[in-house]
Amino acid sequence: MTTETTGTRLRGALLSRPSRGRLIVAVLCGLLGFGLVTQVHATSATGGLGSARTDDLIGILSDLNSRGDRLRAEIADLQASEQRLQSGTGRDQAALDEARARLNTLGILTGTVAARGPGIVLTVMDPRGRVGAAVLLDAVQELRDAGAEALQLSGVRIIASTAITDDPRGGLDVGGTRVTAPYRLAVIGGTDTLAQALAIPGGVLDTVDGRPGAHAVVTRSPHLTVTALQPLRQPRYARPAP
Amino acid sequence: MIVALAVAIGVTLGLVLQPTVPVDLQPYLPIAVVAALDALFGGVRAWLERIFDDKVFVVSFVSNILVAALIVYVGDKLGVGGELSTAVVVVLGIRIFSNAAAIRRHVFRA
Repeated sequence: MTTETTGTRLRGALLSRPSRGRLIVAVLCGLLGFGLVTQVHATSATGGLGSARTDDLIGILSDLNSRGDRLRAEIADLQASEQRLQSGTGRDQAALDEARARLNTLGILTGTVAARGPGIVLTVMDPRGRVGAAVLLDAVQELRDAGAEALQLSGVRIIASTAITDDPRGGLDVGGTRVTAPYRLAVIGGTDTLAQALAIPGGVLDTVDGRPGAHAVVTRSPHLTVTALQPLRQPRYARPAP
Repeated sequence: MIVALAVAIGVTLGLVLQPTVPVDLQPYLPIAVVAALDALFGGVRAWLERIFDDKVFVVSFVSNILVAALIVYVGDKLGVGGELSTAVVVVLGIRIFSNAAAIRRHVFRA
C-alpha cells in the first residue's frame, strides 16, 4: 500500500541523517517560517498600513480628507442652525416679554387686573344726601387730569366707560351698581399731585364742604391696592385698523 | 526532521525578535512569502510523487522568490505595482491550490 509506504518514508525521512542538500532545504524552510511570522506581525502591528503601497496610501489619505471636509461642512451647518435657533429663542422671549408688559398696562387701563401703588383715598361723608353724581364726576375728572392711573369708587372700578349718575332711590349709580354714602374713592397715582388737585381753592374738597352736613377727607397712602375688576367687553363695532 | 526543526526555529526567532521590516522591503516580503509557500507545496508534492530533489527544490524556491520580487519591482517602476502584485498572488494562489489538491490525492487517495 502506498499509504504505508508514505508513512514508512516519512519515518525514514525524520530519522535519517540529513545530507548537505537537505540542510539547505531546511535553512530555506526556516527562512520561510521566519518571513511568514515577520509579515504577519508587521501586518497586524500597523493595521496593514505599513505594508500598503503608495497609491493605496494616497487613496486612503484622500478618502480621509474628503471625509474630514464633509464632517467639517456638517459641523458648520449645525453651528449655523444652532445660532439661528438661539437667536430665534431670544427674539421670541423679547416679544413675549413685551406682550406681557402690554397686557399688564392694558389690564390696568381697562380694569381687568388689580393694581397697587402709592395713592390717596378720598372719603366723602354725606349723611343728608347732598353730594350728587356731578361732584364725584368732577372729582374723578380732576384726579384723572392729575395723572390717576387706577380708580375705585366704593368697591366699583372706574374705567373710561364707567358712568356715574344719581340713583333715584338716593346715593349713586356707578356703572350699574348702587353705591351709598359715605363714598370711598381710592386712587393710584402721584400722591402729592392727586392731593393738590383735590385741595385747590374752589376744588372738590371746597365744593363738598360747602354742601350742608357733608365733609371730605383725603388720606395719603404709599401702599394702596385697587382690587375691584371690570369685565372685559369685546367692542361690537370697532376693529383694529391695520 | 531537520526541516521541521528549522521551521520551528524560524518561527520562534520571528516571534521572539519581532523584527521591523525595512521600508524598501515592505512591498516584497508578502509576495516573497507567498512564492516560498508555493515552492514548499510543490516540494511536498514532489516528495510524495517520489521525484523530490534537494537541488530542484532550492533552485525553485530561490527563483520563485526572485521572479515574484522582480515582477513586483518592475510593476512598481511602471506604476502598476498594486495590480501586478495582485496578479502574482492570484497565480501563486492557484498553483498552491493545485499542488494542495495533488497532495490531497496522494495522502487521502481522493
